[in-house]
Amino acid sequence: MAAGKEIRGKIKSFENTKKITKAMEMVSASKMRKAQDRMRAARPYSEKIRSITANLSKANPEYRSPYMRMGGQSGATGFIVVTTDKGLCGGLNTNVLRSVTNKMRDVQTAGGKIEAVAIGGKGFNFLNRVGAKVIAHAVGLGDKPHIDKLIGPVKVMLDAFVEGKVDAVYLCYTRFINTMKQEPVVEQLLPLKAETIEASADQTHNWDYIYEPDAATVINELLTRYIEALIYQSVAENMASEQSSRMVAMKAATENAGNLISELKLVYNKTRQASITKELSEIVAGAAAV
Amino acid sequence: MATLHVNVVSAEESIFSGEAKFVALPGENGELGILPRHTPLITRIKPGAVRIERADNGQEEFVFVAGGILEVQPDGVTVLADTAIRGHDLDEAKATEAKKAAEEAIKNAQSDIDLARAQSEFAMMAAQIAAIQKLRKR
Repeated sequence: MAAGKEIRGKIKSFENTKKITKAMEMVSASKMRKAQDRMRAARPYSEKIRSITANLSKANPEYRSPYMRMGGQSGATGFIVVTTDKGLCGGLNTNVLRSVTNKMRDVQTAGGKIEAVAIGGKGFNFLNRVGAKVIAHAVGLGDKPHIDKLIGPVKVMLDAFVEGKVDAVYLCYTRFINTMKQEPVVEQLLPLKAETIEASADQTHNWDYIYEPDAATVINELLTRYIEALIYQSVAENMASEQSSRMVAMKAATENAGNLISELKLVYNKTRQASITKELSEIVAGAAAV
Repeated sequence: MATLHVNVVSAEESIFSGEAKFVALPGENGELGILPRHTPLITRIKPGAVRIERADNGQEEFVFVAGGILEVQPDGVTVLADTAIRGHDLDEAKATEAKKAAEEAIKNAQSDIDLARAQSEFAMMAAQIAAIQKLRKR
């Protein structure tokens, strides 16, 4: 019964794995709901900022923020790569990192340099492995994104843009569409396109704000917050994607473990039966010989 | 009587939303009191309490904000609240901290690369083991 015992051991270990994946699935399901709520809660802020910025740029059409500066000459491109800290979430990080690699290859074949900010441990490890210049990173964000932890790394990148060290900044993350579908996105963050801001302004506009202390300061502060809100939003979406992707991956793993267990049980029963039959025929043969 | 539509939002959540008769908040250049039909105004606000006199039951609501930006329209007030206490020096400190961490990571890149390599090797081994197991089963 050596084979039988071996199979029994295997079944046991698959059952344990199944228990773990099942537990992870349920944990992700509950975390996913919270992550989605947080993602939605972040929306009013960026919408409000956008409408205020639209009003402002209507009132001050001649003012150009440093974030809108086009055509830098440094030849370097910045990437803000948002990934998860933990693995076991299906192809989520692989997909976003593949898009990042494609974009980076485009930049490199055009002769550009790359500077990157990594948000999330997986992307940080990846960027180090491919030898990208990581100028700042934020890892270990936990289940709840805090803008507090993002300000520093983001400011490093924004400063690099304002100082002209990078010409453009791309934001790479996984957009949450629904529980079953998440999509890797690489979108241009800087220079800010004036149209995207102005598009939401109302048409009739014949008033201006009173500014304290002055227009430029307020606009700059607003835009900095706007960019941070965009990044925060992407982190929140990434976390919602992470949890739902993990839930789906763990559900599949649980199902696979169940299939394997039933297959193994079949094999186990067959070998058991075979050995019993063998023993019986031996006894019968033995009895016949006597 | 005219009322103000007050929205207090932060990047992480919507803190307050409703009609109000009066709003008082700590502006950068001093305390501001805002009544309906105020002229459009935009300013930074200091960390402090926002006092909102509700229109429906006349009760006062206090919301603490760690600074942010205030936008006033004749019919509404929007407070873009910061969740973290901000300031030029503090932001600068955070940026330097982040930069330092990145530099240190580059210094220790060897170990990180080793770790990453070990992880990818581990993943490969796991895949191999799975393949072997599948083959054996046949």
